[in-house]
Amino acid sequence: MIQILKMAFRDLGRNRRRSFFSALAVGGGLALLILMSSVIEGEMGSALESAIKLQTGHIQIRAATYDENKSSLKWEDLVANPDEIAGQIAALNQVKAATPRLYASGFLSSGTQSASAKITGIDPMSPASDPYREGVISGNYLSPDDRDAVLIGKPMAEKLNLKVGDNVGLSLNTADGNVQDQAFIVKGIYTTGTYGFDSGTVFLPLAKAQAMTQTENHASTIFVLLNDTALTDTVAPALSVSPNLEIKTWKDLNALFVEYETFAQSYIAIFYMIILAISASVIINTLIMSVYERTREIGILSAIGMRGGRIMMLFLAESSMLAIGGVIMGLIIGVLGTLYFNINGFYIGDMGLSGMAIADTIYAKLTVDNLINLTILTFVVTMLAGLYPAVMASRMQPVEALRAEK
Amino acid sequence: MEVVKIENITRVYQVGKVETQALRGVNLSIGNGEFTALVGPSGSGKTTLLQMIGCLDQPTTGSVAINGKDVTKLNRNQRADMRRGTIGFIFQFFALIPTLTAYENVEMPLLLNGHPPKERRERVMELLKAVDLTDRANNRPDQLSGGQQQRVAVARALASKPTLILADEPTANLDTTNGHQVMDIMKKLNQETGVTFVFATHDPRVISYADRVVTLEDGLIVKDTK
Repeated sequence: MIQILKMAFRDLGRNRRRSFFSALAVGGGLALLILMSSVIEGEMGSALESAIKLQTGHIQIRAATYDENKSSLKWEDLVANPDEIAGQIAALNQVKAATPRLYASGFLSSGTQSASAKITGIDPMSPASDPYREGVISGNYLSPDDRDAVLIGKPMAEKLNLKVGDNVGLSLNTADGNVQDQAFIVKGIYTTGTYGFDSGTVFLPLAKAQAMTQTENHASTIFVLLNDTALTDTVAPALSVSPNLEIKTWKDLNALFVEYETFAQSYIAIFYMIILAISASVIINTLIMSVYERTREIGILSAIGMRGGRIMMLFLAESSMLAIGGVIMGLIIGVLGTLYFNINGFYIGDMGLSGMAIADTIYAKLTVDNLINLTILTFVVTMLAGLYPAVMASRMQPVEALRAEK
Repeated sequence: MEVVKIENITRVYQVGKVETQALRGVNLSIGNGEFTALVGPSGSGKTTLLQMIGCLDQPTTGSVAINGKDVTKLNRNQRADMRRGTIGFIFQFFALIPTLTAYENVEMPLLLNGHPPKERRERVMELLKAVDLTDRANNRPDQLSGGQQQRVAVARALASKPTLILADEPTANLDTTNGHQVMDIMKKLNQETGVTFVFATHDPRVISYADRVVTLEDGLIVKDTK
């Protein structure tokens, strides 16, 4: 076996440049796989985190009849006495924040321009509203007593050409189905780094939103943030609410995200296959060329009594060496590349997925599982690629092989 | 005792629709320790006959027995085992593995036969000494002259102490001096070890070394002189 490994190593050394580039093809493939999986992992992780933090919370308490898509404001579709319920939930140890929120559909207008928006009434002082407060890039954050102030996202401000202090008209639906208009002042402009969210969400203090929509002492939902996402399955079943209310967890509320993740995974699997197929074809090509170039040598080895199985092992040893070399190169390039994108991020801008909190910048995140799985996958595929040339070499008739031109 | 016994073998090659008869019914018996030359013009069937004896190819009809064993009934791996244990080869084109040193080339059959390291080392050095290449043990084939390469091939052929050595035009690519040197070594080893040599050639210088000359023409033995 040692002799076979020695021969395989020296055979690869005969054409160093070819061997190097073949291993590099494997390495490049692996590096690309590592990078892609890290970017996807980073994207999925941050998208979920953003979705929970900005849009859904870990748990929401809603009226059983509430339809999120319609942002219904009928009293029977809303949670009555929300402060009381939120207070009870907030008292739990595992809960970071529980706060009522009111959602209404409406649109903002400035001059001749207008844009539809999801009007969100929040308690500005709740820790659950911190991401919006922290995201203020100009002007000031809301205070609970504001009666004519709105907080708008940066993309919305750019679209309507608004700046802090400007007047803006806000029209929204009310509980009785009418439309209410009022002039507001842009108190602050925020960004959460999630284009889809920032471009369509306008914040008002909850009390003002309730007054304007005529939904006093009602809320669309009780937005609950836990100290840890993993606590969701423990806390949600433990909450007791009146029968006309229902408890939704982030998994229920992010069905689109789950669908997107499934879609993305299958899409990525195709990319993985393409990359691996390219690497494999380079290895097959290199080894087939090697088999043809060494046909006479295969004949000699066969003539002196080397069995087909050992000849096959010789070529498999070569492909495994190319695989090892390639995997080492791939790990170095892939991990360094991931590290770069982990620190500097990868700007994607607006992905145009409504309802998804995809951040503008993705930070690659490499998991040990991905690293191990992709390394093994690349190694196995490279070895499998070496199988055909190896079998081809082992099946050569000695008399034919000896007849080959040197 | 007969090392090789060939009975009425034929070999037909088919290329497309054209059939070529390389051997047309050859009978031949070679005894232990013989130094036999197969001679004849190009296309007479010398190399084909040598390949049949060497278990590198199978006859279309007839039988080939090596040391009393019918090799035409063996499968691919069994034929490889037979070659490894019983037959040594010397080819016209030297046929060394270019990535291995002279030492490693000679060692290869011993490795394939599973000899222990110490035994391998002693045997390789003994053979390199016999072909006068001890000082070239660590050279690769491209660092050796044609004559030296062929001497390494002779040493490798003898490594496993085979009962039969087959040489196909062993001097064809050598100049007169090297050709004679290789033949002298082969003859000497034949006399000292009693190993049977069969070589195909049409070089008159080589034929003079043979104890027995078998002449082929058009796939048939036309003359057999001792």
